[in-house]
Amino acid sequence: MTAILRGYALRLLPQLIALAVILLMVSLVFPGFFRLEIQNGRLYGSLIDILNRGAPVVLLAIGMTVVIATKGIDLSVGAVAASSITSGHSLAMTLVITLGTGLLCGLWNGVLVAILDIQPIIATLVLMVAGRGIAQLVTEGAILTFNDPGLIFLGSGSFAWLPLPVIIWLVFGILVALIVRKTALGMLIEAIGVNRQASTLSGVLTPVLLIAAYMLSGLCAAIAGIIAAADIKGADANNAGLWLELDAILAVVIGGTSLLGGRFSIAASVLGAIIIQSINTGILLSGFPPEFNLIIKAAIIVFILVLQSPPVRNAFTFVALLRAGRKPTEGQAR
Amino acid sequence: MKFAKALASATILAACTFGSASAADLVVGFSQIGSESGWRAAETTLTKQQAEERGIDLKFADAQQKQENQIKALRSFIAQGVNAILLAPVVATGWDEVLQEAKDAEIPVILLDRTVDASDDLYMTAVTSDLVHEGNVAGKWLADTVAGKPCNIVELQGTTGSSPAIDRKKGFEQALSGHDNLKIVRSQTGDFTRTKGKEVMESFLKAEDGGKNICALYAHNDDMAVGAIQAIKEAGLKPGTDILVVSIDAVPDIFQAMAAGEANATVELTPNMAGPAFDALAAFQKDGTKPPKWIQTESKLYTQADDPMKIYEAKKGLGY
Repeated sequence: MTAILRGYALRLLPQLIALAVILLMVSLVFPGFFRLEIQNGRLYGSLIDILNRGAPVVLLAIGMTVVIATKGIDLSVGAVAASSITSGHSLAMTLVITLGTGLLCGLWNGVLVAILDIQPIIATLVLMVAGRGIAQLVTEGAILTFNDPGLIFLGSGSFAWLPLPVIIWLVFGILVALIVRKTALGMLIEAIGVNRQASTLSGVLTPVLLIAAYMLSGLCAAIAGIIAAADIKGADANNAGLWLELDAILAVVIGGTSLLGGRFSIAASVLGAIIIQSINTGILLSGFPPEFNLIIKAAIIVFILVLQSPPVRNAFTFVALLRAGRKPTEGQAR
Repeated sequence: MKFAKALASATILAACTFGSASAADLVVGFSQIGSESGWRAAETTLTKQQAEERGIDLKFADAQQKQENQIKALRSFIAQGVNAILLAPVVATGWDEVLQEAKDAEIPVILLDRTVDASDDLYMTAVTSDLVHEGNVAGKWLADTVAGKPCNIVELQGTTGSSPAIDRKKGFEQALSGHDNLKIVRSQTGDFTRTKGKEVMESFLKAEDGGKNICALYAHNDDMAVGAIQAIKEAGLKPGTDILVVSIDAVPDIFQAMAAGEANATVELTPNMAGPAFDALAAFQKDGTKPPKWIQTESKLYTQADDPMKIYEAKKGLGY
């Protein structure tokens, strides 16, 4: 058990260090950063904001991780999030329709990639463009405002002192991680990512698994869409999820999953998404003029990625091993 | 092409000589950007309404946010020999050639709500609002309302670098100058969206002592204000009372907030740009009166005293 935990800690170490450094930096420019208090029956503070605001990207990143592990990519998630927002029905009906839309979008992507063998980046680009268009058709370009208390509760309600979106992504993330890791699914997905042909030849049901991965991604996008709409009490087809696919891909990359497929870690991607949101919230709290937002974000991300790059990592291991008094050749061989 | 031009000029001549008084046989082409926002949808609805009221035959072309579609639409309007063209240009540059073609065909072009970087003899007039003036109206309202008391303002800017964000900020700051009691303490971009408006306001509230330090919010559009109002409520404060809320655009949802006492004032960016355009066109058709090169629409201020629920009902059906 401890060995497994230690393995996890080692895998997540770079992300945890990056997150700690960013949080520390933000607390330097904004001293009240770590303050938490209970207000209106829920925790209230900047740290909670990060977890809450990060919900859509975290959810998208969970689905994106699995897709990227199969050596694919899903560009359509932002648009799917936008198009899944429907309103005008009862709460249960709305949720069913929304999640159904997400799954359907995923099925479409999956069929294009798995059966028709279209490159993932092209296949999902179709929905990235069309999905938003469909959403705008449904809403006629206007923001649909709603007042259903149940739906609003999903966006701004709270449970056990935490905002509901945080609970949703925590539960969903743990669920997905358990399903792929406690069964052989995760390994099979990695196998497809490493070599699709070899996996098919060794009896893996490649098309089914690929379609399932894209459907999971669509489902995640739909949940993210519900949260985004519930948060502002309105379905904004023009802006909901706009550019979020790129943030989700970035979260996966920061989490250390290779875009070339293969090994993946959902926990690391979630951490990646939280890192991105910490940067966003930190910039907002710091009071810099908005012209600096993107530059600061880019600089921090480049820094994290450089830290994770193989040469730099090797150099660190090298130094660490030297200190430990071992022969450097052993370190290089690893 | 020559034939088409000749035909077009002939139609115009015919329209000028025979149908001068009535607008019944006016054919006007309208090249709209697309449906990028609720405001634009309302502009399209109102333009169609205005045309119908005046008995104008409106040919509508949706460009789906692409300039090449607009240029195609303009060329087809010219080929059809319409009497006039309304153009809401998606970008400012690259219009010289097609506007010259319209001019050669003697079809007056009226620009709606945005202008172009082209010589102003290529179009008849431009109907737009003054973005700086809008910010100014909002700032004046705030200065008058707090009346000399010290007031810390937080500002939600539009998309960084966009002209509404630059000009609405400029106009607001102009109105504040000379009032030392008014101070903008924080200013960040909310990208004109509800989500970002809410997120940025949350951080403002945390950064300014839970919001106790903030006396007013100025948002460059209503959508950001609507998002921010939710953030203020969730922080346990009363928007409209604890924190004054003033924004620009006058979309229906802000009137709902005003009726509930959660927003204080909004400056209208009227979606009825076509009305003044058709008026100018009618005058031109009648006796050749050339309108000024710029027709400024009114930037009307609405407050809670203006029966917001009634305005909400009136605006609701416009497609915002």
